[in-house]
Amino acid sequence: MLRKLLPHPFLTLTLIVVWQMLVNKLTLGNLLLGTILALIIPVMTSPYWPNRPKLRSAPRIVEYVLIVLWDICVANVQVAYVILFKTNANTKPAWISIPLELRTPEAITVLAGTITMTPGTVSSDVAADGRSLLVHCLDAADPDAVRDEIKSRYEARLKEIFE
Amino acid sequence: MLIDILISAFLVISGIFGLVGSFGLIKLPDPMMRLHAPTKATTLGVGGALIASMLYFYFVVGNFSFHELMITLFLFLTAPITGHFIAKTHLHLMHKPADLPPTGTDRPWASYESDGERQSFEEAAKTGDA
Repeated sequence: MLRKLLPHPFLTLTLIVVWQMLVNKLTLGNLLLGTILALIIPVMTSPYWPNRPKLRSAPRIVEYVLIVLWDICVANVQVAYVILFKTNANTKPAWISIPLELRTPEAITVLAGTITMTPGTVSSDVAADGRSLLVHCLDAADPDAVRDEIKSRYEARLKEIFE
Repeated sequence: MLIDILISAFLVISGIFGLVGSFGLIKLPDPMMRLHAPTKATTLGVGGALIASMLYFYFVVGNFSFHELMITLFLFLTAPITGHFIAKTHLHLMHKPADLPPTGTDRPWASYESDGERQSFEEAAKTGDA
């Protein structure tokens, strides 16, 4: 019963906080309206998101977010360097296929998003059974090294968080 | 004074990265590579402008604004999804499955699997369970 009324408690909490930040002024009326929306929206969208992902460890999530933010800054500088100082003939783009150990759809989504936001890689497609990701590299002299880094740096951490 | 310098520094950084990202769109030779320029160089471009705006509202105007944090959050959620859609469209229009590396599993990349193939895989999975 509670599970039906509150399919995603974390989503509810996030929606309340996001609503307050969007309004930018904390009043009782705003809090009430935000809470009502935060209760209705998860119930209405639950047919599209039936399973509740389990999150194992909060410190790990914070660690992951900080690592990704740092990598995004590095990624920007690296891509800027490739754009400004490398000739097109010297830039070696490559497709790589990353076999996935993750099975939770939420975890794979986060991994694909992370890959797109970080150094020179864009996730482009997923295998039909969800067991590998297709990734395009802007400049990869050694595609295997890129694959291993993604697996050890991001996938291993996500596995600890989600599975 | 110090805060003015800091705000200006963030604005300059944001301008430079925005410019580099746009320049990348012209310079890089094929659509998949062009996709890298806006998904990344622009993140820091927009991010710099947002940090500058937060600093300005907090130290100069004197009230704290959460809107910049929200813009950052929405940007981080939407940029990978947009990139993914553009990449998939590009795969459909310009590539054949043979250009891509193998999936390493029994099934092809999701963009190239026909409905018939999907059905036969799903039926095979069902009879396998039974």
